[in-house]
Amino acid sequence: MSTTSTGAGTGTEPGTDAPVTGAPATPSRGGPPLLRATDLVKEFAVPGTGGLLGRADTFRAVDGVSLEVRAGETLALVGESGSGKSTTARLVARLMDATSGEVVLDGEPVTHVRGERLRRFRSDVQVVFQDPYSSLNPRHTVERIVTAPLVYQGREVPGGTRAFTQGLMERVGLDPDQFRRYPSQFSGGQAQRIGIARALAVSPRLVVCDEAVSALDVSVQAQIINLLRRLQREEGFSYLFIAHDLAVVRQIADRVAVMSTGRIVEQGERDSVFDDPQHEYTRTLLAAVPRIRPEWERARREAADARAEEETTA
Amino acid sequence: MSALLEVEDLTVTFSTKNGPLDVVDGLSFTLEQGASLGIVGESGSGKSMTSLAVMGLLPPTASLRGRVALDGTDLTALPESKVRRLRGDRMAMIFQDPLSSLNPYYTVGMQIEEAYRAHRTGVTRRQARKVAIEAMERVHIADAARRVDHYPHQFSGGMRQRVMIAMALSTEPDLLIADEPTTALDVTVQAQILDLLQEVRRETGTALILISHDLAVVSEIAEDVVVMRHGVSVEQAPAERLFSDPRHPYTRALLDAVPRIDDEIGELRLVDRSIDAVGGKP
Repeated sequence: MSTTSTGAGTGTEPGTDAPVTGAPATPSRGGPPLLRATDLVKEFAVPGTGGLLGRADTFRAVDGVSLEVRAGETLALVGESGSGKSTTARLVARLMDATSGEVVLDGEPVTHVRGERLRRFRSDVQVVFQDPYSSLNPRHTVERIVTAPLVYQGREVPGGTRAFTQGLMERVGLDPDQFRRYPSQFSGGQAQRIGIARALAVSPRLVVCDEAVSALDVSVQAQIINLLRRLQREEGFSYLFIAHDLAVVRQIADRVAVMSTGRIVEQGERDSVFDDPQHEYTRTLLAAVPRIRPEWERARREAADARAEEETTA
Repeated sequence: MSALLEVEDLTVTFSTKNGPLDVVDGLSFTLEQGASLGIVGESGSGKSMTSLAVMGLLPPTASLRGRVALDGTDLTALPESKVRRLRGDRMAMIFQDPLSSLNPYYTVGMQIEEAYRAHRTGVTRRQARKVAIEAMERVHIADAARRVDHYPHQFSGGMRQRVMIAMALSTEPDLLIADEPTTALDVTVQAQILDLLQEVRRETGTALILISHDLAVVSEIAEDVVVMRHGVSVEQAPAERLFSDPRHPYTRALLDAVPRIDDEIGELRLVDRSIDAVGGKP
């Protein structure tokens, strides 16, 4: 367990959120939506094809996306490159402004908030990116990196910078004595833990993970997935988990939304999407995932179980 | 009768500030004519250095010991000019990122023709162009006679990888090495490229070495598998044996750590660090 409570002072306790009005679009399992995005559209200007004086065209990267993330759950947004999943994440996290549509956090419209209200929003919604080395300042120590969100928000660091940093480092499985090191002195998996620690510093209620485990080796990836799940169990926040790897999504998501060319083509409970996909595109996507033959898997598991049994009886 | 490729006690060493570092350490395997071998490992396992060593493409800062024999001829004993002739002609390679392997200023047709003519003396332009179109047709690029005059940027990622495969196949090599050929591709495109590699192998009898970090990808393609860790082969076996009855603790741990799409397996089991001491180096 953690030694430092980063939630001190903010009083944000998941589950005791202000009541939210309006029925969820897909009612299942209790819990009001923490975040709701309605009809999000993002258009980018692209050079026109009509020659030198051709008019600029627009490209719709996100085309009417609506989704909900409930308190304490993980919604995975999956799709191939160009599907608009990362852009959607950026719109939801207010890293980018939507062309139209609305984002509501806890009943409060946040699509256009600025200044103090935007800063407050940033405490509630944090992002973990794919490449830790490019999303962590290489010239800053761990201490400076993980306290930066608080400093940016003009908040006091609870319990002092040193103790706060070390507490966070312990929670994400880093050696607290290494608080003075720089990102380049850590391995990829450890650096990603720093990124996660930074997100946790402000006790967010929603953590947006944009391909957060995609660049990691299998053995490291398993550690980070386990860490993300444990932190959610302990803190009760929600994840919007952007990923192209469906096997990873199966391990971490409660619900899944499948995106293709800017739209959500299917969304539902994880097991129903994986076991009984309704949309043709979802079926194609699932069928394309390489698999180890089930009979080999079965044999391997049986042998492993037999070995485990032998060990316990021995 | 010797195997198509015999690698014996291959060691690749880089000199570093902290002394010599063996990135591949005593690796041996054989590959029969037309067979397929998967080399799987995490980053730093030495799998890519192995493929470069076989191709004779190691950087000049690396030194190589051991034997790499193609049809019984030790390539490590040959002068560079002879190895260059074999490369492309008898063995070809495709990489993860086709865009960085293609020249943006030339049409794909010109590049396939160039690769072909470099290994076939006395071939006319016209003949080479015909070969290029046929190679593109073989990898199922629709409308190849027109597409041959297009530039790399006019192709999608998957199509570019098809172009690379077409180029590699134009000289009808006996051995194709594919180093993470689908890692940068979307999953649906990956499935198409893997199918294509299988088909090419069936139809041309080319032997294949597939280098990958993805155990599932290797399991679908390879007849035999080498698992590498810190430059050392920790386990080698036919695919069925390796995936259904892994014997080395690292192979077991790696297979346990892979997320499965067909079920949720609670806490993912982790690769125990103490395994380092068993097969490889700390």
